[in-house]
Amino acid sequence: MSTEILMPALSPTMEEGKLAKWLVKEGDTVKSGDILAEIETDKATMEFEAVDEGRIGTILVPEGTEGVKVNSPIATLLADGESADAPPVKKAEAPALPKGEDHKDVADKGSSTVAAPRIEVAADPEIPEGTEFITQTVRDALRDAMAEEMRRDENVFLMGEEVAQYQGAYKVSQGLLDEFGDRRVIDTPITEHGFTGLGVGAAFAGLIPIVEFMTWNFAMQAMDQIINSAAKTRYMSGGQMSCPIVFRGPNGAAARVAAQHSQDYSAWYASVPGMKVIAPYFAADAKGLLKAAIRDPNPVIFLENEIVYGRSFPVPKLDDFVLPIGKARIVRPGKDVTIVAYSITVGQALEAAEKLGEEGIDAEVIDLRTLRPLDIDTVIASVKKTNRIVTIEQAWPICSIGSEISARVALEAFDWLDAPPMKVSGKDVPMPYAANLEKLALPTVEDLIAAVKTVSYKA
Amino acid sequence: MPDAPKSNSESLKKLYSDMLLIRRFEERAGQLYGMGLIGGFCHLYIGQEAVVVGLMAAAKEGDQQITAYRDHGHMLAQGIDPKAVMAELTGRSTGLSRGKGGSMHMFSAEKKFYGGHGIVGAQVPIGTGLAFANKYRGIDAVTLTYFGDGAANQGQVYESFNMAELWKLPVIYVIENNQYAMGTSVARSSAETDFSRRGLSFNIPGVQVDGMDVEAVQKAGQAAMDHCRAGNGPIILEMKTYRYRGHSMSDPAKYRSREEVSEMREKRDPIDHFGKKLIERGVVNEDDLKQIDNAVKARVVAAAEFATESPEPGLEELYTDVYA
Repeated sequence: MSTEILMPALSPTMEEGKLAKWLVKEGDTVKSGDILAEIETDKATMEFEAVDEGRIGTILVPEGTEGVKVNSPIATLLADGESADAPPVKKAEAPALPKGEDHKDVADKGSSTVAAPRIEVAADPEIPEGTEFITQTVRDALRDAMAEEMRRDENVFLMGEEVAQYQGAYKVSQGLLDEFGDRRVIDTPITEHGFTGLGVGAAFAGLIPIVEFMTWNFAMQAMDQIINSAAKTRYMSGGQMSCPIVFRGPNGAAARVAAQHSQDYSAWYASVPGMKVIAPYFAADAKGLLKAAIRDPNPVIFLENEIVYGRSFPVPKLDDFVLPIGKARIVRPGKDVTIVAYSITVGQALEAAEKLGEEGIDAEVIDLRTLRPLDIDTVIASVKKTNRIVTIEQAWPICSIGSEISARVALEAFDWLDAPPMKVSGKDVPMPYAANLEKLALPTVEDLIAAVKTVSYKA
Repeated sequence: MPDAPKSNSESLKKLYSDMLLIRRFEERAGQLYGMGLIGGFCHLYIGQEAVVVGLMAAAKEGDQQITAYRDHGHMLAQGIDPKAVMAELTGRSTGLSRGKGGSMHMFSAEKKFYGGHGIVGAQVPIGTGLAFANKYRGIDAVTLTYFGDGAANQGQVYESFNMAELWKLPVIYVIENNQYAMGTSVARSSAETDFSRRGLSFNIPGVQVDGMDVEAVQKAGQAAMDHCRAGNGPIILEMKTYRYRGHSMSDPAKYRSREEVSEMREKRDPIDHFGKKLIERGVVNEDDLKQIDNAVKARVVAAAEFATESPEPGLEELYTDVYA
């Protein structure tokens, strides 16, 4: 009885990968622990080991194949005395693989979000008409932004855990060590509080550090240096001192990594004077705003998103594409309701808007892009047109970006509102691990559609 | 450092004068605090003067200093105008931070004084970063990073030690052991009370220095700077010192006896002790010291007048300097 060997998931967010190389051939005998193949994810090339003993029957996916879905059969494994013709009847477990319902949830979440780029997005007025575009992942756009700024200014350097030799825990810094060397691309010990303070000191001395946090969860260890040292020193020194530093890394929920590795810090940092806070969704914004952040003389918090890293979007083919900090963008114009989103929820907002359009509700979607300074004018102008507003974010609901926007809209556009502002957010709980609970804890496209219908009195 | 004296006797007199300036300045600050002209927290450096004066005498132009909130002495020793320091203490527009930082948060980018930090221990990674920048740019400057016996128990100090030695950064960690972390004595707070040994597990050498003897400090400082400038990485100097006043102005200092303080003042006072030495060596006579004292007093009186007569910052200053 032969078994199927399945494409394994090699990271919490992997949905597909490239079968880079087979290290066994049909007819080879293997035992558990033998390396079967090399699999390339968007982050790394990983070795894939056999779990069971047997003989390789048929290789179903030839090496070099891209886009092999997680959990699809890639080869068959034969028991003693079996021939390759025997029909496979039992599925082998792939290691580290979420299976059954769990896996389906991950795949569903993936497919619904991957759909976002197919949706028509309004042109960015900041980009000159007639500009050529290339398609690029958010990850590569971020890398290019850093590389371009490092080429431009010798004072810019990157430091963080695994940014150099490992090429970045999420591969954002891939290739930078090769180009800039270990003087400017620096692997730090696991010592967030220490290297954040060290970065602040280097910035006081006039360098421009890009400090990568492997995720923003770990920046909690460095909170004092970020708030008390980086954000406040210009003020405390009567304007004498400057702290030109960028803190960046993935923020918000990843997938199935539970409470301590999944939260959105946007509102925390956006509440601090002295700080600028950027949370892009599209690759072009990631690039143009990261370049702006590096050039900005103030400390900048740059909030990325792990799930968005691998998404591809058009990026303008310009030699030096820099976007202004502090400007929101209407990514889908509409007249019936305003949806305000940032980071990964922009994708959800666009998807909801498409579906709402089919039901006759014409939603305007605003991508905030920058959270501090907040472009409230663009939001207010939109509300004055649509008379309804729903915000969506992954963060907790109390004292969130949505809370702030709701308050400002109530204050500045009260007479234009036809319904109370509504917030869609993460639930008011630490992130659970179980797949079904995790799904319940995060805001969904359906939640957003329901909220829009509520403010439109069409629920 | 600025105004480097020409002869040996000049430089010895300058050591005395610089220490005395800090003493008289701090006494006056204490007085202004009592009059309600200085608010909030105010941490005086009285008793510890030999530490910064000795180290600054060993420093070169371009060397940097960073410390915590007991910072007035560091600025004066670095040649920063006492008027600007005192006016910051009184929260006036003419203060170093234009009245927005206060006693604990003062900086002078021009003089390479990087604060003035209010959070115990936070200045240590920042000082390490200043040294990182010097190495990155190939600048031959040393960063004097000061912290107390209390801060020496903060985790980020050891995170800094690790990186400083790993990357061979030119930083001198000056542990000003004044024996009390606020009200908690070293014996009650520290498992290892020899702070010069605190870098051993990172292979950072450490030296214990009599921090009440300005010449001993200068000599140890010189050796430490040579160590850093030769590319050997960081070094620790534990300065055994003592503060006469409470932790801050509002501290009644019930955790130690009056006898302990007066014994220290009588037997080990850095200024009296050094003045006597200078007379014994024939460098100065009583009249010379009196003259120095008068000159210092005049500067401090002028600083206090300046600090009380200068206007408060304009109300529009509330919103300036938040962003560049």
